[in-house]
Order: sequence, then C-alpha cells, then structure tokens
Amino acid sequence: MGKRSMFLVSVLVFGFAFLYVPILIMIGYSFNSSRLATLWGGFSLKWYPALFQNDQVMSAALLSLRIALVSATVATLFGTLAGLALARMGRFRGRTLLSGMISAPLIMPDVITGLSLLFLFVILESLTGWPAGRGATTITLAHITFSMAYVAIIVQSRLTSMDSAIEEAAMDLGSTPFRVIFDITLPIIAPAMVAGWLLSFTLSLDDLVIATFTAGPGATTLPMLIFSKVKLGMTPDINALATIIISIVAVGVSIAGFTMHRAEKQREKDIQLAIAANK
Amino acid sequence: MTASVETRSEAVMAGKADKKGLRDWFNRRGWRKAVIAVPYFWLLLFFLAPFGIVLAISMADAAIAIPPFRWGSDLNGILDSLNYNYGLLVQDPLYWYGYLNSLKIAAISTVLCLVLGYPMAYGIARASGAWRNILLLLVILPFWTSFLLRIYAWMGMLNNHGAINNVLMFLHIIHEPVQLMYTNFAVYIGIVYSYLPFMILPLYANLERLDMNLNEAAMDLGSRPWRTFLDITLPLSLPGIIAGGMLVFIPATGEYVIPTLLGRADSPMIGRVLFDEFFLNRDWPVASAVAVVLLFLLVVPIMIFNHYQAHEAEAGQ
Repeated sequence: MGKRSMFLVSVLVFGFAFLYVPILIMIGYSFNSSRLATLWGGFSLKWYPALFQNDQVMSAALLSLRIALVSATVATLFGTLAGLALARMGRFRGRTLLSGMISAPLIMPDVITGLSLLFLFVILESLTGWPAGRGATTITLAHITFSMAYVAIIVQSRLTSMDSAIEEAAMDLGSTPFRVIFDITLPIIAPAMVAGWLLSFTLSLDDLVIATFTAGPGATTLPMLIFSKVKLGMTPDINALATIIISIVAVGVSIAGFTMHRAEKQREKDIQLAIAANK
Repeated sequence: MTASVETRSEAVMAGKADKKGLRDWFNRRGWRKAVIAVPYFWLLLFFLAPFGIVLAISMADAAIAIPPFRWGSDLNGILDSLNYNYGLLVQDPLYWYGYLNSLKIAAISTVLCLVLGYPMAYGIARASGAWRNILLLLVILPFWTSFLLRIYAWMGMLNNHGAINNVLMFLHIIHEPVQLMYTNFAVYIGIVYSYLPFMILPLYANLERLDMNLNEAAMDLGSRPWRTFLDITLPLSLPGIIAGGMLVFIPATGEYVIPTLLGRADSPMIGRVLFDEFFLNRDWPVASAVAVVLLFLLVVPIMIFNHYQAHEAEAGQ
C-alpha cells in the first residue's frame, strides 16, 4: 500500500507542477524590466501602469466585460429554466432533444459553433433585417447559447441531487407554490445559479474562436486583441495583462468557492437542527 | 382536501411519493410550457438551426456576392457544387491530411491525458477530507483561468530561450537550444495541459463513488493490489474514462488555438484549415463542407457523450 501511495503522491506532484509552473513563470516575467520577454533584465513594475494607459487594451477589456456581464446573466436565467425543465417537469415531448442540445455545446469544437452561428446571423439578417450587422450583440447571443448549457447542467444536477419530497412536504403542509419556489427551490439551487453565472462570465471573457467568427470588423474583444499580439511572440505587457486576469479569476473563484462551501455547511447544519428539534 | 392529504402522506410513507407536486401546479397555470419552451426555442434557433444552414451552404457555389455564395438553379447545379466542395476534401491533401492529423493528435493527447489524469484523480479520490478539497480546487482553478493565456504561458516554456531550454542548458544536458516550439510535441503538451482538468473531474466523480469494500474483499481473498486494480477498479471506472475521454477527444479534434500558436505550419489540424478557409480564402461553401465532414466524424463520440451525460444527470452527480 505504501509503495502505491508514493506513486500516487509523485504523480500528483508532477501533475500539479505541470499545471502551475508555466503560469508562475509567466507571472514572474511580467515583472521583467527588459522588453525582451525571455531575457531577465531586473525587477520592474512598469508594464502594469502602461497597460492602463493603452486605449486599445482598455476598450477591448471594457467590451469583453460588457459582453460577459450581459451574456452570463441571460445565460443563468435561460439555463436555470432548462435545468428546471429537465429535472422537475417530468416527461415531455422532445425531452431527449433538449437534453442533447444541453450537453452537445459542452464538447462542440469552437470552429463549428462559430462558423454555424455566423451563418445563422447572416441569413437572419438577410431575411428579417435583424441582427443588423455583427458586433457586440451577435457575440453576446453566441455566448448566451454555449453558457446556458453549462448553467443548465449545473442546476439540473443540483435539482436531481435534492429530494423533491421537501417541496412536496411543504405543499402538503399548506404552503403556496410561490412560497415553495421562493422558500425552498430557489435557496437550494441558488449556489448552482451563482456557480453557473461565474462560469458563464469567465467562459465569455475567455472565448476567442466563437467571438472571432461572430464579431464584425468593428468589435475587438480582449482575447481577440491578445491573440493578435501573441501570434507575433511574447511581450512583457501581455504577461502583465495575463497576471492581472489570472489573479482576479483565481481570487474570485476561491472566494466564491469558500463562501458557497460555508453556506452549504450552514444549510446542512440547519437541516440537522430542524430534524433534531422535531424529534 | 383532507382526504387527498391523507392519501398523499400514505403514499409518502409507503415510499411511493409521486413526484408531481410542483409539476402539477406548473401544469395548471400553463407555466410548465413556458419553462420548457423558452430554453427549447432558444437552443433550436441558436444551436440546432445553424447546423442546417451550414449543411445548406455546403451545397452552394462560392460567388462574388454578399453573402459570398450562390445555390445552383436546378438539381444538377446543386449536385455539381456538392461534388466540387466535398470532392475537394478527398482530392486535396490539405483537407484529408488535416482530418487524419487531427484525429491522430486528438487520440494520442486523449491517451496522454488519461495516463496522467487517472492516477491524479485516483490520488485525489483517496486523499483525506481537507486535502481532497484543496487538490480538487487546484484542478478546477486552471479550468476557470483563461485558456488562451495558459497556452501563451507555454510559449514562454517552450521557445528557444524559454524555461525548458534554459534549465536543460544550465544542467549541461544540452549545449544548444532544442527546437520545441512549432512542433507536434508542443501541440501535445498544449492539448494535455489545457484539457487535463476535463479528464480528471469526471474520473474523480466516478472513482470517489466506488465502494472500497470491494477492493478490500478482493485483497482479503488474496488478490494482489495490481490485479485488484485491473479486475475491479478499472472496469468500474469505465464510465468516468469514457466521459473524460470524450470531453478531451472531441474538442481537441477541432482545436484551433493550440496548433496555431504552438504547432507546425506545414502540418495543420483541421480546425485551423477550416478557420483559414473561412477567413483567408473566404470560401464559405468549402468551409461549410469541412465543418460538415468534421461533425460527421465526431457524431458517434458526441452521441456517446450525450448518452453518458444524460445518464449522469438523471442519477444526480
């Protein structure tokens, strides 16, 4: 047993080193004073303020944030409905198709999704005049579509793992359906909705390929800008930008995870107390 | 009312609670239809319908027009376009080699992900409570951080003056930088690196649920650890292997960013061919045909994944 544990520990150490060393080195080089991204020229913070004076970077970042906020919010709404439909609405015609359309976007190669959505927007525009041209709106529509699939899966698995007997018991005890939804169902799926929103937000901020297909000539999101620079090689200001983005995400995800973990513990404790009090 | 409450609680006590409560109410108010219809129509319009359009455009001719394609005026014209667009994929090595190359690279990367991801998932599943949460968070965190930036980070590792070459030269293992960037090796690294969490998470979910008593029983009956693993753990974790494998293989086959930033220009993957066909050649019909054939190649893996995902969702993850 001991030998096998040693093996598992070394694979874990190797695996996590593989996952984290490149990121740590990239962060290290963001403090490099040399313009050559690969030669160390001494410690410097100069690339950080330079980013905020770069209008191109700032406007791309604002556009990306705007798209991510809107698409994550709408995707959470639609995704929650889809999760409810799959977990609580029983059998209905086309249920298999719906569950297929929920899981397929998770694995569909981006080039296919991007190309097909672009064609849809072009055809829709020529038939109905909407959406007029391509830009922030079409990127947002595309992001809502793939994000809502993630939200739906998270909400659905949360609902399936929760016993619907609690909802039924509340209704039997005379609670109105509205109260059941607001007092029981929503608080239980709330962590799933928060996780889904956060995931949608980061997926939208991160997307390059689908945005490139669905963006018009005018719209440049942050990943599109980064990609166009990165193709030419490494520069310390991209390292600085990457460091900022990765730090925000890491801190945000850790705080969200920790908060939800605590809320969950609290909820379990409350249930235990309620059961104990009823005995 | 009282009677119905009594029958209901009897049913509950008999363990036969019908799961209708909210659903009935939703039904009566017509809300059930709305809850189902809104996401349904959104996905029909923005996910399913676009595939039909791609299929239709793959039967057209490229033309100097807006949008840049024309359908043939009769059946013969359409058949000609079909013949030309799909014929090109078979005749021109750029396309058929692109498909084969992508399938090969995706398959090898999937195996590499499994070889590294399986012991990691196993180790995490067997770790004690607090450690398990920390390790799990460490696996999930890269999944949340930018995909593009993580590939960018590897450019810093792999280039001629990058970390790997520097370390190897410092240790005097090599005396001149080795070409690591713009090779298939770099593409494998990039794919394994980006998709490893997708392999570990479903495997972990599966391994965590396994009943360790089975292993102990086998060991008590004299089975060696290695045999116990092969006979019990591995077969039971097959669903996790399939789910993780599909989550890596399918998107990796159509990958664009990794081969473009890290790979060789002369050995492109099909995702890059499709991208260039659309953005550089501006040939919408051929780009569509490339997408249709790619989707066709991936249909079976996608259906396996959907089946697994639906099964998993019903069971409650």
